[in-house]
Amino acid sequence: MAKTTAHGDNYINYEKGLWSWLTTVDHKRIGLMYFITVMFFFFIGGVMALLLRLELFAPNTAPNVGQILANGDVYNQVMTYHGAIMVFMVIVPGIPAILGNFFLPLHIGAKDVAFPKINLLSWYCFMAGAILAIATFFTTKIDTGWTFYTPYSIRTGTATALMVLAAFIMGMSSILTGLNFIVTVHKLRAPGMTMHRMPLFVWSLYATAILQMLATPVLGITLLLLAVERFLGIGIFDPKLGGDPVLFQHFFWFYSHPAVYIMVIPAMGIVSELITTFSKKVIFGYTAIAYSSLGIAAVSFFVWGHHMFVSGQSETTGIIFSFLTMLVGVPTAIKMFNWVATFYKGSVEFRTPMLYALGFMFLFAIGGVTGIMLATLPIDVHFHDTYFVVAHFHYVMVGGTLMSLMGGYYYWFPKMFGKMYSESTARMSFVFIFIGFNVTFFPQFILGAMGMPRRYFDYIPAYETLNKISTVGSWLIGIGFLFGLYTIVHGLLKGEKAPMNPWGSKTLEWQTPSPPPHDNFSVEPVVTAGPYEYR
Amino acid sequence: MSTDNHAHGAHTAHVAHHFKTADQQYSSGKEGIWLFMLTEILMFGAIFVGYFYYHNQYPEMFAEGAKSLDWKMGFVNTLVLIFSSFTMAISISFIQKNQQKKAVLALATTILCAAIFMVIKYFEYQHKFHLGLYPGKFLDAAKVGAEHANLGLYFGFYYTMTGLHGIHVMIGIGLITWCLLRTVRGDFHSQYWIPVEGVGLFWHIVDLIWIFLFPLLYLVG
Amino acid sequence: MMWFNIAKAQSFMPTQGTEIAKQVDNLYGFLLVTSFIACVLVIGGMIYFVWKYRRKTPNDKTAYISHNTALEFLWSFIPLVIFLGVFGWGWYIYHQMRAMPKNALEINVLGKQWAWEVEYKNGYKTVNEIVVPINQDVKILLTSSDVIHSFFVPSFRIKQDAVPGRYTALWFKADKLGDFHLFCTEYCGTSHSGMIGKLKVVSREDFDKYMEQGQEERNLPLGEKGKKLFAVKACASCHAVDSPATMVGPSLFQKFGHEETMDDGTKIMFDENYIRESILEPNKHIVKGFPKGVMPTFQGQLNENELGALVEYIKNLK
Repeated sequence: MAKTTAHGDNYINYEKGLWSWLTTVDHKRIGLMYFITVMFFFFIGGVMALLLRLELFAPNTAPNVGQILANGDVYNQVMTYHGAIMVFMVIVPGIPAILGNFFLPLHIGAKDVAFPKINLLSWYCFMAGAILAIATFFTTKIDTGWTFYTPYSIRTGTATALMVLAAFIMGMSSILTGLNFIVTVHKLRAPGMTMHRMPLFVWSLYATAILQMLATPVLGITLLLLAVERFLGIGIFDPKLGGDPVLFQHFFWFYSHPAVYIMVIPAMGIVSELITTFSKKVIFGYTAIAYSSLGIAAVSFFVWGHHMFVSGQSETTGIIFSFLTMLVGVPTAIKMFNWVATFYKGSVEFRTPMLYALGFMFLFAIGGVTGIMLATLPIDVHFHDTYFVVAHFHYVMVGGTLMSLMGGYYYWFPKMFGKMYSESTARMSFVFIFIGFNVTFFPQFILGAMGMPRRYFDYIPAYETLNKISTVGSWLIGIGFLFGLYTIVHGLLKGEKAPMNPWGSKTLEWQTPSPPPHDNFSVEPVVTAGPYEYR
Repeated sequence: MSTDNHAHGAHTAHVAHHFKTADQQYSSGKEGIWLFMLTEILMFGAIFVGYFYYHNQYPEMFAEGAKSLDWKMGFVNTLVLIFSSFTMAISISFIQKNQQKKAVLALATTILCAAIFMVIKYFEYQHKFHLGLYPGKFLDAAKVGAEHANLGLYFGFYYTMTGLHGIHVMIGIGLITWCLLRTVRGDFHSQYWIPVEGVGLFWHIVDLIWIFLFPLLYLVG
Repeated sequence: MMWFNIAKAQSFMPTQGTEIAKQVDNLYGFLLVTSFIACVLVIGGMIYFVWKYRRKTPNDKTAYISHNTALEFLWSFIPLVIFLGVFGWGWYIYHQMRAMPKNALEINVLGKQWAWEVEYKNGYKTVNEIVVPINQDVKILLTSSDVIHSFFVPSFRIKQDAVPGRYTALWFKADKLGDFHLFCTEYCGTSHSGMIGKLKVVSREDFDKYMEQGQEERNLPLGEKGKKLFAVKACASCHAVDSPATMVGPSLFQKFGHEETMDDGTKIMFDENYIRESILEPNKHIVKGFPKGVMPTFQGQLNENELGALVEYIKNLK
């Protein structure tokens, strides 16, 4: 380890130079590298989203503002890049790879994850996949939608094979991260840190890691088969050669439904942390929250068919999947009630992270109840592939995952960088994002109920007003994120020095200096109580 | 392979800084490898599901396809792989007993077997190409004759499954060579052998997958 | 009327064109009301608690309440019961949607990039327009010739994917007359959003007439078909066909093969292409003595076959 130069006292200045970052095996530095790359892709995906909303501001026949993009193909490409980037490069790696990498070892009192080199390898896999995905932009682009449904993806003239290979490689990165987390939780806990003393964020990462491990290989092989299908025409998904295009949907959703929970379970974990810290109160129903994460993870493997109620599967199949989907709703509801109960007789402080946690609960409640609607068979028949679905999953993915991710950033910002952010601009950013989000996506529920299908480049005049409102909302979100960017940059450059534990939290990562030293803890912590002992 | 005699010892050179004991490192490593193997099985599992799905839909096509494969070649390959699994296993027990030379010999034999497997596979492919039995839409209907013209999907599966398995064999050859070089260098000994055990486990899984592939593709009809 | 109809679920849902649509809307109304109550409870409870227990001093003492088994059981059990109730209700309606009626009128619909091809049992074919009789079970047999499409009539609350290489089906029994939108809801490429059709619900008599007309049209010689179209599209109200008399527009009698003088003085041969142009872009060239901008365009209202029929008919006006 020891090189010629002297080491700094924290992980950021421990070694210097770009090369020391690119070859680091320190989980904190890898988390930070993920942070930078994911934020970059979030920016690109966000610009794509603004473009889509701009195009949908008015029907194409309207003068001036009607048609912004050149034609339907361009719209489809922008739509595909928005979806693929946001799913594979932002929301899936977002919480586990950034905050999970950084805080999982700190949370359980470990020096690092179990396999630091594999952790670095997973970042390089992610980068390789991401670069490949971006490279498609400079070839024939992609226009399949992020779901790559066959036989469209077999037939289209765009660079689908390259894109699915990219997603395959990013999937490997996800598998390696999950594997690392499971072993770390099993083997590297500090003395006294029993499973039931782990913070709920760790529990959620653990449940997520199981999903990443078990579901991603199936996506991997599915995408690989699709690539082979395009190169060799093997016929597995091609009806012209006797194959079944619907089989692809089964395979795809066998991963991609659990993937939804890969995105949202860690978000629930962060919210649990935020709520207990800023209420200064023990979490209500620790065991229920911890095990409901595992419960959601387990059941989520058996609900994929609810994406296919109208794909031609049998009535019985639809009924079984609807039933199982209803069951997933229960552990999710339990978590919501537990969080509300935690506020009772607490001492609630409205710092920015807490605002995001409350925002999460507000939006996730709406996302949740509309999820139950979509799980109801005849309702889904009407709503399937309409803007109702678009609104629903944005409420869950953006309103849920992204809100909690932002809350997590602000919460741990002092720990990660050793600086405090400015509370006023951070709150401003929250207000814009929260209001903008509802203005953008709530009208889409109504549009969906009215029957507007998703992935539409143009629409009938009846849908115009609500689409206009929605587009205006997207600008508010954009402004909100600009405030957020300003807050981060300002905090990094001019922020006050952060104390060790600015929020008075009880979990382990706050019991070491900000930013943490290279080895996390100068003395290995010994744990004697649960994570939320506010007495 | 014996896995019960754990390595014990203080914080020595081969224990990474974030582990407290060799024991902890060993058990972490082992769990990691098993989990990784689980992902491999799930990945192949999905193709097997696809195989069964279409086998159920087109039983005649799969019976016809199985007949056009040479089960003898497949059988020889099965024996070769099982033997290589055995040599892989004994190499680990040699290392545990500090008999590095024997271990090197066993690893070299494993690589040789893997190479034999690939050579036989090459001749099989070559023969199929010669007959015009290409996958999917490339199937040469004129060459294979009308009664075999429907075999495209079957050979799609054949090439994908054996191809993916073949890639794993190649990766295995690379990994075993890496183990062999490090054994020659003296990195592995009775206190530290987890990488060899990991590669060994990988190799057993590759072997196991073939043991499923062989009857499904060559025999079941 | 059930109590939950106060949700006015229908106000955001499209017209209810079938009995099933009413049932779906009832369930949706129930879900809306219960969802609203649930959201009020959770979000309202949250807002009430965070405000009531907001931090007053930096050293507030908080209660140590780790769990409450009875409460936790209740809020797991009650949602479960509601969810299962909704599931059962959904099952009941879904079963009716999926159980294909016997003796239904069957119509084959083929999805292709980017249009719906409709074929009736008597062999009559149309594009992007389905005409069905009111109060009659109709079964749509779907398939696709290229990629997956999805057949969606919002007013009927029905949707089904059209998958290449197999048949899928759906049924409905329309109980309202009128024109309804037919959308494609499975992403299918460039003009996915333009793959819009019309579903017309007409009376029994009109449907029979439509079928007859279709049957006849199929067997008619091209010129006869053109004559019919000429009447249906109301061309005859402006153009004379049996004398050179001028009506709103110029007569078409014995014009074919002769030159016409335009309002800018140029001469144009009255041939097949001029007829075609005059139907599709009527204001491009105006015959001398007639005002511009009177005749509407028929662009998009006629297919190639119909255009050909009209040309054939006008050609032979002697």
